[in-house]
Amino acid sequence: MPTIKVDGQELEVKEGVNLLDALLSAGIDVPYFCWHPSMGSIGACRQCAVIQYADEEDTRGRIVMSCMTPVTDNAVFSVDAENAATFRDSVIENLMLNHPHDCPVCEEGGECHLQDMTVMAGHRNRQYEGKKTTYPNQYLGPFIGHEMNRCISCYRCVRYYRDYSGGHDLSAFASRSRVFFGRAADGVLENEFAGNLVEVCPTGVFTDKTLSKHYTRKWDLQSAPTVCQGCSLGCNTYTSERYGEIRRVHNRYHQDVNGYFLCDRGRFGAGFVASSKRIPQSGIRNDQGLYDAVSLDTAITKIQAIISEGTKVVGIGSARASLESNFALRQFVGQENFCNGMTEIDQEMHGIIIDVLQSKLTTPSLTEVEEYDAVLILGEDVTNHAPRLALSVRQATRNLASEMAGNTQIPQWHDAAVRVLAQNHRSPLIVVTPTEDRLDEVASSSMRLMPRDIAELGYALAEEIAGNTTSSTPDVEAIARTLLEAKKPLVISGSSSQSPDILKAAVNLSLALKDRNDRAGIFLCANECNSVGVAMIDNERSISELLSTSPSVVVVLENDLSIRLGQQFSSSISSVNNLIAIDHLDNSTTSASSVVLPAATFAEAEGTLVNSEGRAQRSMAVYKAQDEIKAGYHLIDALAGNERSSTEVRSELSEQIPALAGILKAAPESDFRFEGAKFPRMTHRSSGRTAMRADISVHEPKQPVDEESALSFSMEGNQQQAPASLRAYTWSPGWNSNQSVHKFQSEVGGEYVGGDSGYLLFRESVDIEPFSKSTQAYSALIPRYHIFGSDELSAESEELSTLIPRPYLRINNTTAKNLKVEQGDGLMCTINNGNLQFAVIVDEAIPDNTFVYPIIPETRGMNGISSTDFSRVDDWVQDMDPLSPKTITTDRSS
Amino acid sequence: MNSVRNNLASTLTDQEVSEIEAEISHLPDRRSAAIDALKIVQKHRGWISDGSLSAIARLLGMSDEELDGIATFYTLIYRKPVGEKVILCCDSVSCWIMGGDKITNKIKSHLNVELGETTEDSKYTLLPVTCLGDCDHAPAMMVGDELHHDLTESNIEEILK
Amino acid sequence: MSETPLTRNIAPGKPPTDLAAYDANGGYQAVRDTIGKVDPDGVLDIIKDSNLRGRGGAGYPTGMKWSFVPKPRPDEGHRYLVANADEMEPGTFKDRLLMEFDPHQLIEGMILSSYTISADRGYIFIRDEYHTAIKRLNDAIKEAENKNYLGDRILGTDFSFHLHVHVSAGRYICGEETALLNSLEGKRANPRAKPPFPQVSGLWGRPTIVNNVETLCNIPHIVTHGADWYQSLGSGNDAGTKLYGASGRVKKPGCWELPIGTSIREILENHAGGMLDGYELKGLLPGGASTDFLVAEPLDLPMDYESIMQAGSRMGTGTMIILDDKTCPVGMIANLMKFFARESCGFCTPCREGLPWVKQILDGIEAGTGRLGDMDILERQSQFIGAISNTHCAHAPGAIEPLSSGLKYFHEDFIAHIENKTCPYTGGAT
Ligand SMILES: Cc1cc2nc3c(=O)[nH]c(=O)nc-3n(C[C@H](O)[C@H](O)[C@H](O)COP(=O)(O)O)c2cc1C
Ligand code: SF4
Ligand code: FES
Repeated sequence: MPTIKVDGQELEVKEGVNLLDALLSAGIDVPYFCWHPSMGSIGACRQCAVIQYADEEDTRGRIVMSCMTPVTDNAVFSVDAENAATFRDSVIENLMLNHPHDCPVCEEGGECHLQDMTVMAGHRNRQYEGKKTTYPNQYLGPFIGHEMNRCISCYRCVRYYRDYSGGHDLSAFASRSRVFFGRAADGVLENEFAGNLVEVCPTGVFTDKTLSKHYTRKWDLQSAPTVCQGCSLGCNTYTSERYGEIRRVHNRYHQDVNGYFLCDRGRFGAGFVASSKRIPQSGIRNDQGLYDAVSLDTAITKIQAIISEGTKVVGIGSARASLESNFALRQFVGQENFCNGMTEIDQEMHGIIIDVLQSKLTTPSLTEVEEYDAVLILGEDVTNHAPRLALSVRQATRNLASEMAGNTQIPQWHDAAVRVLAQNHRSPLIVVTPTEDRLDEVASSSMRLMPRDIAELGYALAEEIAGNTTSSTPDVEAIARTLLEAKKPLVISGSSSQSPDILKAAVNLSLALKDRNDRAGIFLCANECNSVGVAMIDNERSISELLSTSPSVVVVLENDLSIRLGQQFSSSISSVNNLIAIDHLDNSTTSASSVVLPAATFAEAEGTLVNSEGRAQRSMAVYKAQDEIKAGYHLIDALAGNERSSTEVRSELSEQIPALAGILKAAPESDFRFEGAKFPRMTHRSSGRTAMRADISVHEPKQPVDEESALSFSMEGNQQQAPASLRAYTWSPGWNSNQSVHKFQSEVGGEYVGGDSGYLLFRESVDIEPFSKSTQAYSALIPRYHIFGSDELSAESEELSTLIPRPYLRINNTTAKNLKVEQGDGLMCTINNGNLQFAVIVDEAIPDNTFVYPIIPETRGMNGISSTDFSRVDDWVQDMDPLSPKTITTDRSS
Repeated sequence: MNSVRNNLASTLTDQEVSEIEAEISHLPDRRSAAIDALKIVQKHRGWISDGSLSAIARLLGMSDEELDGIATFYTLIYRKPVGEKVILCCDSVSCWIMGGDKITNKIKSHLNVELGETTEDSKYTLLPVTCLGDCDHAPAMMVGDELHHDLTESNIEEILK
Repeated sequence: MSETPLTRNIAPGKPPTDLAAYDANGGYQAVRDTIGKVDPDGVLDIIKDSNLRGRGGAGYPTGMKWSFVPKPRPDEGHRYLVANADEMEPGTFKDRLLMEFDPHQLIEGMILSSYTISADRGYIFIRDEYHTAIKRLNDAIKEAENKNYLGDRILGTDFSFHLHVHVSAGRYICGEETALLNSLEGKRANPRAKPPFPQVSGLWGRPTIVNNVETLCNIPHIVTHGADWYQSLGSGNDAGTKLYGASGRVKKPGCWELPIGTSIREILENHAGGMLDGYELKGLLPGGASTDFLVAEPLDLPMDYESIMQAGSRMGTGTMIILDDKTCPVGMIANLMKFFARESCGFCTPCREGLPWVKQILDGIEAGTGRLGDMDILERQSQFIGAISNTHCAHAPGAIEPLSSGLKYFHEDFIAHIENKTCPYTGGAT
């Protein structure tokens, strides 16, 4: 470790980092804009200037940009030197020449990096008296606002959007003092990770429209550390609210999971909490088939009566419900009467995923994925099914660039130089999927195969790598060679293929690879936010199996059975006398129930989830649920006549299911305190709590008490000392923006001081055998995921729902001819007693008589439709592109 | 960056495509030909419309944004229509010393345009340009492809007849 | 009369040289004698010994620059040589002459240079406005290809070199060598941070040398006549000849090849014919727009890198811009700042934001609306923008040189503008 001297103080710093990184890691404040811990340095803003001296004797030194300066042993620097400070002051002064003084109406106000840096650099007095440059703003879609006048031209947005996340529709235009950052024309930003612009931009150019719509200053938000419910990766988020309404979701740094970035489903998908389909109150179905709103007590009494009359009570859990709720239900109905609420295929796939997590095979974290120098994606739609993973895979393709840079003595953080050196050279990425994939553009090769053939390819690869065959196709040989030549090969697959066979093939392939190279890894994407967790609770019997035991009462927890059972939904539940549904939003299952109980969402209830890599993570309630809405486990406990805190539920859970005992380590329990105090959800500067009701009464009402966790609905307590899993927001003196996160990291980009949140459950490794090839029956209908629309809950978020594709069927020419349709025509089928119309997209990459359809709200229930069910729509009018139904509006108010 | 783009995506002519492909042939990738391609199309069409830009972007496998970010950087790529001839009037220091401003003002009044504008008859567009490397004969300007120097207020009218 | 190797084929009224004319005067002899016959390292030694310094402005020793190119490894890909023919520095008009009237000299220089650094591809990056030069270079390249001076396996040796003319789409910053590389790659011409230097990671990430046209034109002569001969051409510390020029209110503005180190007085009085009648010399920018003013006294300075540096300026491109006593220095500096602000690439803060502010203030002072406080701002801004390493590339520090020296030398002029609320001059802009 090199030792450097900074303002007379000796510092041991990490080898290979730049000086800015080292200084921030050492707790020394240096202002900066264009540098970003994940994106490296380019030296554009010149804000991070310090003085470098030739040696200890040198008294003059010269200005260097700390972000562009390598740390070398015995180097001498000064941050405090007057000429450095004057220079930094001038940088801010010049950046502010054209910056509008619109802080009072700016969404970034109070958590603005530019404000922080202005104060830090000591710039006070304006001398400039000229006109300010102004720019037009653009419509960038439902998520992101654009206010170009606030731009300070740090280039972070384009570097993030284009270089880091692979977007194409954002650029720097023009030059000199007229650089414009935006699209070529108004339109929805196309990249799935565009939302991070909101956090990457150090000013208020790119803002969160969902927040702007009902804007609250950062210090008036009440927030909690939450875990994204959007997919199986478990990205860490801060969810913030005011007046019981969610205002925004922000990235919550986790070294191993999401790092600094989220996907747009995660960031903009929490709006479902306030959906018009939200169930606010319990309901009992009356004789007319309509629901009477009743008190929770009445509903509970009613259900208890139903149960006491019934003969057999069974419970169906859910992969989108917490471990606590699933476990409470299993306790309530008994183990043999419980099913985890997944389809048979999902259960089989998640069984395989758990086998892998338990095995000696290595499942990397998302950050570790970035270290693999050859990646094979076998049938998984990473971008749409496990989006944040796609961002990691993109970075993995840059390993070759890093290697080239290393050989040329270019430091890894020297972003522009590494990119110039590497040009189009990328580490191998092989994408094998049924339809085109966003990652194709960074792939060394892409193959379009149907699930059956993907599985075959996987098995063949396993044989080839194990050396069990002499007659492989050139494709197989080439892929095998790539994987074998890599220092760290990674196989990615997952449940979006809906093919257990593909997963098995991926496992066999990984086992063979692991034998040859111990550093080989496998990442299997689970289906939903708690699929792995619920499969660990119980993966014994399927929904149909359970329903075939002729139960009289079925309690369904946060699960729309119509999605799992598809065409069989009505018939399967017809014999059930009483369906009891516990859920957040209205759906086919709640509509078919005798009694409905209103379940709290993640925003209102604490719960533990297990992600695809087997990491148990606690998501905390953001605010106290309204009225009679309660956490799933509390509702079930109420049915059982039980009253337990979530801590108590977990403690029983960890005793009864030893594999899940580790969840207690995911976060401290409710009795945890720092110097006797709980941890605040509100900032110490929150004017909200005391002022919120001032117009009604100056007497501040007592804040609700949180009995479930060590967090309080208050600004009292000590947020700075909170363990990572209990930190409700990031703030540090002088650092009001999200950039303050480095104050809580052991080093820039490292783990949190005191450890990251969550706990990896699988720590021992069991040997597993390769699977034997099964003969899965493949449907002619191939579902495809869409980042916006395929996830049940986020699809109900207002802004996000506008980006959901319209129903389409992708078929080839032959199939189209047989059905007497062509591109732009319509096909239809009958689904759940209604007609569903699809736009036809002709795609020659698809085999005969195969239908690719999107998983979107309209097609939930497609399960069971067959290829013969489609017929031509005669009076079809296609009014929009089914894949981008985005309506462009230039109305700035929308 | 107007919200309404004249996006009747035009198609490139065979001639344009083959000239662009010829440039690509000695470059390591298609995108590297971005500036050459813009110049080729501009040579044929006078300027780069949004439609031309999209067509070039497609040919090179880039997005409109990627190409337009490049196009708008360079002063000699015209993203607005220009007259039959562009007058590049040197406004750098040597010409300035030799009375270049007077010459520019003379051109402006003679053609009744300001810098950046096109004459009503679409014959000329007047733009400032960086030192034309003709400082020993200052003031200088280019009209179309032709260099004119030792300009005086009286020979301007002759040149721009 | 001293030797003028660079312009030996160029004379007033003489047509530009084609291959035949070039050949007739010993052209391509150096190529024939060197390629495949002399070891590239041997050529490199001659260039190093010659003490040739780059003529593009910074004066970096050419041999040293070349020596940082890593030794070639088999099958590693292309390596590039780029001639910087962007010549947009205001007041500079020397490369144009070389390219228009003796294009083969540049081509021969590039063949020899690329042989020395094992480059197999070359580009001449030339500004669009140089139509005549572009045409003549392209014609000359064809001629040279026909003779196999260019192309595959040159003259039957293992050495191949392909040369293309790339015509720029404008912007002064393209002359900055790393911005130039980005532009050649078809990107926005933002400069790159150094290190890594182009020698290591240049065009498309490959080892690349960028040299000024005039620098490259020296190569055939050095290779032919040797380092000692070349050293003997110059006076003082520097070697060779230099194209010097003068523009402004002098009797005979122009460009002349003279021994490097010729005095300013000699250039001004003997070659440029002295000031126009009725005008006095007030100051001069010795080497283009981005050099510090020198005022009347140092006329006896030799125009070489060291002497001009010691006098507080830079030799730059060696083409002087003369400020006379009837032209307003404030107006001249305002003109220069307008230029530099407009040509900023927009990448780094001091340049992008700082120059337009400076320009605004100068315009105000020139228009008579300036205030005394403006002087402090100008002073502070020139410190802020002016030092190398304050900005991402050398554009802004170069831009500030005339301002900071002007503030020093023409202080009274500034004050007079401010106090009298008008420009006291009638020359120049008015
Ligand atoms: C803003 C700027 C503009 C430049 N323009 C030119 C130019 O037009 N021609 C040139 O030869 N060098 C120019 N240079 C210098 C080049 O960066 C580079 O130093 C030169 O081409 C190297 O050639 P040499 O070593 O032969 O002098 C410029 C530098 C800067 C900072
Ligand atoms: S100094 Fe000017 S030209 Fe150079 S990088 Fe900075 S903004 Fe661009
Ligand atoms: S953070 Fe170092 S130059 Fe911008």
